[in-house]
Amino acid sequence: MAILVIAEHDNSTLKGATLNAVTAATQMGGDLHVLVAGAGCGAVAEEAAKVAGVSKVLVADAAAYEHQLAENMSKLVAELGKDYSHIVAPATTTGKNFLPRVSALLDVAQISEITAVESENTFQRPIYAGNAIATVESLDPIKVITVRGTAFDAAAAEGGSAAVEAVGTVHDAGISSFVGEEVAVSDRPELTAAKVVISGGRGMGNGENFAMLEAIADKLGAAVGASRAAVDAGFVPNDMQVGQTGKIVAPELYIAVGISGAIQHLAGMKDSKIIVAINKDEEAPIFSVADYGLVADLFEAVPELEQKL
Amino acid sequence: MKVLVAVKRVIDYNVKARVKADNTDVDLANVKMALNPFCEIAIEEAVRMKESGIADEVVVVSIGTKQCEEQIRTALALGADRGIRVDADAQMDPLSIAKLLAKVTEKEQPGLVVLGKQAIDSDNNQTGQMLAALMGWPQGTFASEVNVDAGKVNVTREVDGGLQTVALNLPAVVTTDLRLNEPRYASLPNIMKAKRKPLETLSTDDLGVAVTSALTLLKVETPPERQAGIRVSSVDELIDKLKNDAKVL
Repeated sequence: MAILVIAEHDNSTLKGATLNAVTAATQMGGDLHVLVAGAGCGAVAEEAAKVAGVSKVLVADAAAYEHQLAENMSKLVAELGKDYSHIVAPATTTGKNFLPRVSALLDVAQISEITAVESENTFQRPIYAGNAIATVESLDPIKVITVRGTAFDAAAAEGGSAAVEAVGTVHDAGISSFVGEEVAVSDRPELTAAKVVISGGRGMGNGENFAMLEAIADKLGAAVGASRAAVDAGFVPNDMQVGQTGKIVAPELYIAVGISGAIQHLAGMKDSKIIVAINKDEEAPIFSVADYGLVADLFEAVPELEQKL
Repeated sequence: MKVLVAVKRVIDYNVKARVKADNTDVDLANVKMALNPFCEIAIEEAVRMKESGIADEVVVVSIGTKQCEEQIRTALALGADRGIRVDADAQMDPLSIAKLLAKVTEKEQPGLVVLGKQAIDSDNNQTGQMLAALMGWPQGTFASEVNVDAGKVNVTREVDGGLQTVALNLPAVVTTDLRLNEPRYASLPNIMKAKRKPLETLSTDDLGVAVTSALTLLKVETPPERQAGIRVSSVDELIDKLKNDAKVL
């Protein structure tokens, strides 16, 4: 049986999360197909066809799929997915939105945010905000799975030469519609894909002070993140939030500035390779996971760090 | 319009979960339990809809053992009108929960079902979406703003790149994200009043749902501990360590 990976994209480019999902799918064994559903998404399909390990790309190009509304996507994926042993999507907000709907339509369970593939039936996933790792076995005929991107390497974006095949059927449930979107503007690398992340917490005091972190981010080519406390205080927009209820990151270097290190925040960053904490409270829980801890006032340490980098 | 809210009893979010010595599961004996934080937000949103005249009744449902009546009473104290408990094992997969909720939804005929986006114990983020699929209703997941207007509901959703707004035909399912609202506290008089509000118990047989699952939990382990790090005394030492020891700069 073959495996179907649902591509994450914005109708013009393939998102990196898809490549991590392809790697996870490869470990499940079997022929690998990628579904690109969108509107005017031909370029994405061509990109997907070049990904190493992919043998076929299915393209569903219709207005109904433009914003990947769950109501329409789930019908399409459930119909195509009947012939596959595994249906895999990245655990992004898009994948998390439509995939459980696919599961329910196919009457099978879903396994969310896997971090390891043990066999075609057995997977590992974190529970309780990452405080425990569960190993689960599924005996469903179709395994429906979302993949935590940071747990798998990205598949090579070049080297494959898959056949591209159009999917004719269009499912428009007609019960929902797209109204608008507000995209946060940023020139820096995307948080979940950045090699270096510098995050600020409540200790930053206000939104203007995040400029200090941005200056360092520009020097290191890093992304800027935030704790939930900083988001709730209105310092920065919520798409910058790192944590159980925000984004999960695992960069090579994570610098936590003025962040105490609550369980909910640690769940989003504790798989980073090197963690640096700058905090004036030497009892802050963040120091128990930090490789390098500096007990100092961030308003002195951060400008000094920026100047010396 | 009637609003149905689904709530879950979970480990208190301030408690660090500990894995049992035999690796069968997380140890929940003598651990403080509470309402799932996202469910609190769902109750708050439903109660606000009632206060603004959009909803005329708020019904709260929970699936689990007798103990979860505690959480239903909390919801009643926060302003819900009546409660339903579906008597079942506390450990069920989201598809079974969604099937039971679908039967309750068919019975109650609400205009809107509000759930939290995920429970902080199993971290699945599936139930709301599955319920919507089983009912054939539209869904507004990760909601940060909900506006009901003339047979439709506009939901602003928190997505990876920012915010997205969708319009859904009613009836619909909405799942709450953290920034939707700030839940209120229950006052003592309201906690007393909640004890007299109706709470009905249904069995899975009443609802005609056979609870089976093809998922098996093989083991639960503690994640690998991070090695204790070192304290540096200055920014210079920090940069030196990052460059020469960790080699990440």
